[in-house]
Amino acid sequence: MVRLSGARALVESLKLENVGIVFGYPGGAIIPVYDELKDSGIRHILARHEQCAAHMADGYARASRRVGVVVATSGPGATNLVTGIATAHLDSSPVVAITGQVPTSLLDTDAFQEADVPGIFNPITKYVFQPRSASEVPYSVKAAFYLASTGRTGPVVVDIPKDVQTKVDDMSFPDKVTVRGYTPYIEPDSTAVARAAEILLSAEKPILLAGGGVKRSCTEDVLLALANNLMLPVVTTFMGKGSFPEDHILSMGTIGMHGTYQANTLITEADVVVSFGARFSDRSTMDINGFTNRKKVIQFDIDPTEVGKNIEPTEFVVGDLRRSMTMFCEELMKRAITKNESPWLKRVISLKQEYDEKVFGNNGNNGLSSPKIIKKIREVLPSESIVTTEVGQNQMWAKLYFKVAQQGLFITSGGLGTMGFGFPAAIGAKAAKPSVPVLDIAGDGSFQMTCNSLATSVTENLPVIVCILNNSSLGLVAQWQRTFYNKRYYATWLGSTPDFVKLAHAYGAEGVRVQSLDELERALKQALRCEVTTVIDIPISPEEDVLPFVPTGGSLKDMLV
Amino acid sequence: MKRNNLKTVSLLVENKPGVLFRVANHFKRRNYNIESIAVGPTEDKTVSRMVITMIADEKSALSFTRLLRKTIDVLDVKLVEEDNVISRELALVKILTKDQATRDSVIELVKSKGVKVAEVTEDSIIIEVSDSFEGVEDFINSASRFTVCSISRTGVTVIEK
Repeated sequence: MVRLSGARALVESLKLENVGIVFGYPGGAIIPVYDELKDSGIRHILARHEQCAAHMADGYARASRRVGVVVATSGPGATNLVTGIATAHLDSSPVVAITGQVPTSLLDTDAFQEADVPGIFNPITKYVFQPRSASEVPYSVKAAFYLASTGRTGPVVVDIPKDVQTKVDDMSFPDKVTVRGYTPYIEPDSTAVARAAEILLSAEKPILLAGGGVKRSCTEDVLLALANNLMLPVVTTFMGKGSFPEDHILSMGTIGMHGTYQANTLITEADVVVSFGARFSDRSTMDINGFTNRKKVIQFDIDPTEVGKNIEPTEFVVGDLRRSMTMFCEELMKRAITKNESPWLKRVISLKQEYDEKVFGNNGNNGLSSPKIIKKIREVLPSESIVTTEVGQNQMWAKLYFKVAQQGLFITSGGLGTMGFGFPAAIGAKAAKPSVPVLDIAGDGSFQMTCNSLATSVTENLPVIVCILNNSSLGLVAQWQRTFYNKRYYATWLGSTPDFVKLAHAYGAEGVRVQSLDELERALKQALRCEVTTVIDIPISPEEDVLPFVPTGGSLKDMLV
Repeated sequence: MKRNNLKTVSLLVENKPGVLFRVANHFKRRNYNIESIAVGPTEDKTVSRMVITMIADEKSALSFTRLLRKTIDVLDVKLVEEDNVISRELALVKILTKDQATRDSVIELVKSKGVKVAEVTEDSIIIEVSDSFEGVEDFINSASRFTVCSISRTGVTVIEK
């Protein structure tokens, strides 16, 4: 037992969780915590808006595969976190948010800067703690990290009233916590694993589907071994992008509304789909009946809630993927596999080559089309680079054309689709991996939502590269207006303001506008050497569509190409 | 008298503030109306049992119970199978009795249905019914030939046989 204030106990608890960096924004109800942070040795990265701080913590979590921490004050500080925390929630990213709160005596009185944080955050987090006495702080923080980082990971909020921060009390710091009724890991059912192996081995046209869960559970190596040993084609969901090296011969890219031609075609043709850590979201499967039509689906997931939520699997295995996928591999190896050149594999390889030649072959001129821009970025960036995206056409082009290498990492707001996510997430990723180049593939609309993070990247010395595919419009909405609303464009034209080069300069960052692929290449190489953030403004046509495109309500096979 | 698709969920939850809010929010998101809810502590004072009824088809009710089970502070969830439980609900039914004849008929009904009189006033009789959901519905139907001025029901609670 030691006597400490609640705020001090919070900071000591963070240290016990090996937190080295927090992202945040101070305010009245959290000053006691900031006072303790000052001499704590924990690095605080000052955002310019709480939403940005939340995205930074999220980007940090995804890049480091540890828990990201964000700190904000009560009321508007907390409500500004909502979008960032909801983003982390839908993508199962482990983020712990610490919020200040009005003193307990003022709770529920509409006090100055009071917001009902447990009420607001309950639907978009795994849990919300609100310690009502200082001695509860160590347990709350320990349990918050435990919940955020185990099972299906996700965000947790610890909302601390100001008097709880200042009150001095006897503190004991638990080494371990258990939360009654919470079973993060279920031992996989070995008989279900065996049945799954039988189904896969009896398939004529099998395909593996990797979701975000493969990245969350760090089982990329098992997936790679499985595909290599059995020569199975791999498609990923958007969240799973990069869980299988996309320069691999068996990589078919991503499925979905804007999936690759070969991924959508092959998963439609397949007779057995083995899914790892994918939740069959509407954007991935499109029409669900078209997706499951005449095929068996085997579902591996850590979260029992996912079984039968969006599809009824033929067989399912619940448990940590590291454990269940390893068991699955062993089960398959027991059954003496011979790699053979099946007609299915021939079809897979030829379809991939045909598409790659069409899309990635050396065709056309030096003009700036988005696919070419993305491919140029891929060509220049080192393979271990981290790429983030904003949301919209830029994101879909990145999804289609940026091939993530084995050492690389792809970070995107796949679930919530949060515009403005990519830039602060890139800064968070850079904080996690300072020696790795980090690049945000952006659009002019999204970038304007969080471009105030330029101040953070410059003052905190976290240099990243932002490539703005600038069509002076909200491109994806405009594409829908063009395609489905008879070109009745409305509220999607942003015009030519601001001048992003000047904007970058105003913040002390580098800014450059490029008009050709050669200029882009030079700018990227320069940016990689540069010690401050570089914004590369790349004008593109507002008429450009993202293709392939599966219209809402259609099946994956109904792609417009 | 069984209502179509009336499903009963029995939950064991932490007996502390905020838990009902978290559970109820799931019902709201699915647009399930809570037809009835009965909550109270169990043999372990730190654990409460919530018995909630709702209208839902079997498939969505099952996936919904899995979702409830995942909620932190929810310790256990069961979609109740009527054959495996004893199910009871308490209802208080207040019937206006203007005259002696009505009073006599009400007392007769009470006797024939095996329910209890909780209170008799000058112009009303309050009847206490403890029965299954169907039994309570049945009594209320039988009482409808009188002037029922007020009904208060606890919602069903269940215990496994």
